[in-house]
Amino acid sequence: MITITQLEKRFGRLHVLRGLDLEIRPNQVTAVLGPNGAGKTTLIKSLLGLVKADSGSITIAGQKINGDASYRSKIGYMPQNARYPDNLSVEEIIEMVKDVRGTGDETDEELFHAFNLKTEMHKKFKTLSGGNRQKVSAVLAFLFRPDIIFLDEPSAGLDPVSSSCLKDKIAREKEAGKTIILTSHIMSEIQELADKVVYILDGVIHFEMTVNQLLETTGERTLERAIARKMKGAA
Amino acid sequence: MKKSIKKILLLVVLLLVVAVSLAASPYGEREIRVDGSIAAAVEQASPGDILIIPEGVYRESGITLKTNRITLRGEPGAVIDGEGNGHILIIKADSVHIEGLTVRNTGLSHVRDYSAIRLEGAAHFRVNNNRLENNMFGIYVSRSAQGEVTGNRIAGGGARESNSGNGVHIFDSQKVKVSENHISLHRDGIYLEFATSVEITQNVAIDNMRYGLHYMFSRDSVYSGNEFRRNNAGVAVMYSRDVVMNDNIFADNLGPASYGILMKEISGSEVAGNRFENNTIALYSEGSSRVRIENNSFKQNGWAVKIWANSTDNVFSGNAFIDNTFDVATNSRQHYNTFAGNYWSNYDGYDLAGDGIGDVPHRPVRLYSIIVERNPVSLILHRSLFIDVLDLAERVMPALTPETLVDEKPLMKSPLP
Amino acid sequence: MKMNTNTLKLIKYQLRDVMRSRWVLFYLAFFILITDALFRFGGSGDRVILSLMNVVLLVIPLVSIMLGTMYLYNSREYTELMLSQPVKRIQMFAALFSGLVLPLAATVSVGIALPFIWNGVLLSHIGALGYLLATAVALTIIFSALAFAIGLLTEDKIKGLGLAVVLWLFFAVIYDGLILLVIYMFSHYPLQQPVLIMSMLNPLDLARIALLIQFEASTLMGFTGAVFQRFFGSMSGQIAIVLVMVAWISIPLGWGARRFIRKDF
Repeated sequence: MITITQLEKRFGRLHVLRGLDLEIRPNQVTAVLGPNGAGKTTLIKSLLGLVKADSGSITIAGQKINGDASYRSKIGYMPQNARYPDNLSVEEIIEMVKDVRGTGDETDEELFHAFNLKTEMHKKFKTLSGGNRQKVSAVLAFLFRPDIIFLDEPSAGLDPVSSSCLKDKIAREKEAGKTIILTSHIMSEIQELADKVVYILDGVIHFEMTVNQLLETTGERTLERAIARKMKGAA
Repeated sequence: MKKSIKKILLLVVLLLVVAVSLAASPYGEREIRVDGSIAAAVEQASPGDILIIPEGVYRESGITLKTNRITLRGEPGAVIDGEGNGHILIIKADSVHIEGLTVRNTGLSHVRDYSAIRLEGAAHFRVNNNRLENNMFGIYVSRSAQGEVTGNRIAGGGARESNSGNGVHIFDSQKVKVSENHISLHRDGIYLEFATSVEITQNVAIDNMRYGLHYMFSRDSVYSGNEFRRNNAGVAVMYSRDVVMNDNIFADNLGPASYGILMKEISGSEVAGNRFENNTIALYSEGSSRVRIENNSFKQNGWAVKIWANSTDNVFSGNAFIDNTFDVATNSRQHYNTFAGNYWSNYDGYDLAGDGIGDVPHRPVRLYSIIVERNPVSLILHRSLFIDVLDLAERVMPALTPETLVDEKPLMKSPLP
Repeated sequence: MKMNTNTLKLIKYQLRDVMRSRWVLFYLAFFILITDALFRFGGSGDRVILSLMNVVLLVIPLVSIMLGTMYLYNSREYTELMLSQPVKRIQMFAALFSGLVLPLAATVSVGIALPFIWNGVLLSHIGALGYLLATAVALTIIFSALAFAIGLLTEDKIKGLGLAVVLWLFFAVIYDGLILLVIYMFSHYPLQQPVLIMSMLNPLDLARIALLIQFEASTLMGFTGAVFQRFFGSMSGQIAIVLVMVAWISIPLGWGARRFIRKDF
């Protein structure tokens, strides 16, 4: 469970988050949507401690974020474009994150095998293709069995087979009670994966609905259309 | 008649015998072993006597030798100790020979020049192989001529410069040879004033408080093959002419006013074949003229040559300038000396002709040396990139460095081993 | 305890990465080649050290500040990734800085020392070489710290690199020009003290003077130089040199660390 209250963030003259309130429940996939510059990235980075909010609070699993790094051991993060040190091999990168996390044998290597990364183990990061970089990134997000998983454009650059592997994994983890937060610009993907949509506009939650509610209230068949209709209505 | 002839013959023979025996002795080589006082022995000595001084410490001073042709010969371990009272040995006679003695502890004075061995108006003297320790002056030669000072080991007491004297001091004298002495911890190692035709060879002057060698108002002198090291202020040759300075070593003379050679108002002299290494200023010339400076090696000095604009008609050739901070420094754009055919380690020209002579003339005066001359504080910028940029700009477009101070024929290789 | 081990772990991987990068190899080869060339053309170890002095003063600050700035910008995404792990910011900062400075310092030291070894003059010059390398390492750390300060001052890579060049030019050339200007403008005043202080405030000047005192005393012992010689050559002078150098490391680095900790990624 993640609770965000009255989150404020300015970057200089830019007022990005304007008192944002949000609750994200476990056992669900929550999709965070919104136009460019609405504050999606800032919100996720705030949750990761990469961006320090000006005011407001974030509580993750009962623990308030206040600069301590330890809460992040509960989080797995798959960024949009991961870049690890160029001259480390895949094996070393995994080893490094393991080392830093200090978690022992209980790793979840399901994705690693599903992606068939074994052949890439000794390649240096800089020689990996974009898709393989994404795979490494996905593996690392799930590897430590975190309670909370952030996925930023997870299927970008992945081939269809790998992409569906990842989607299956997300579904399974949700069933296992994890809190999953997702951003994507592919609406079909969100429709397929997400239970709930959180739409951010101008630094606040514009609306928050389950996917089904959204489809029902707008009477559209696809999420993309539903959101478009909803936003037109709002305007 | 026959008898008288016989008498006369007898007389002649007798006279001959007497003459021969007179010639052989007692004025010949009478060796006398000194027993007790040296002063007393000297007093009683007759010309030609050799006074042997046996091992032992003789606590005497003011011993005055007035008889000609006397030899004072110390046996190993013979020491005359002045115990801090005035002069120790004073020689006022000709053809005196002093050897093998250890003479120590003269008096110290701000007014009088107390010396271990003092020669006054002496001719044909020889002072050889003595050890002089902790004296104000070592060997003091005054108004004397035709003598030699050789193989002595002379060490001062290392007192303050103001009441310390010179190792070998030569005043108003002619034709003196000073060679193979080792002189240290005095004010000047060797000092010459109004001396003529003095030959100084193979000496070592080291750790003296002022100059290793100091020439004043002297002429026709030669110093060669000497070594001057770590003296506080190097070697000074002033107001003298026709001095030959060859094959000496000047090294490690470091300090705010330290030189290898300081030449002031010197004319018609020669500086050749010397080695200058690690001196603050290797060769300093002020008001000197017609001096030939040839085949010297200047290595790793602060300033290799510092030549004031009032120096004229001096010729520098065949020298090697290697890794000096400043090869040549001067204080004016006017310059009346010649530099030709020297080797400069920081010459950056080329030799397309292949004749061993660089095709581009070399300007040895850095702009920076002029800056330092005007504002010595700027020395702190040495080896700064900024200074390199300035120097480069000046080299491309000379505006401040002397136009005529150019080596038109810089050598590509050092002419010296 | 945990913090320290975490930092060490991060440093370990950081070093692995950097030591495999091409620029470290270039840098190492550069120092080996130039030192060996100096031995070939110059001969004695003393002369080589004297020539290396110029190389150290010219190359190390420039390379450290440029490479350092670039390195920090290039590590940005990786930094973000590691900070989304349970890693404290200060740990990451320490790892990044060590990951730059340790390889640079090691490269310089090894690159210079190796030719001394195979020319057989390492032991006979160990003191002078040690002093040279210590200064080289100090310059590496100082200019890496400045690079970090620049990298954390602006997000703009081009601006940052420009700033690095300007800062290097300032310390290497412009600052000394200013000193000379002051010397000429106030030439009628006793200037030794102010100039001494001015030159101590520039880390590059300070390193230069520290090396001069050791290796080219004959020059500095000239008339005015004696004052500098006496100050810098004394125990208190040497301590002052070290203190100013430590300040030049800790101020930019401390500022950088503060900014790194508060920064939004």
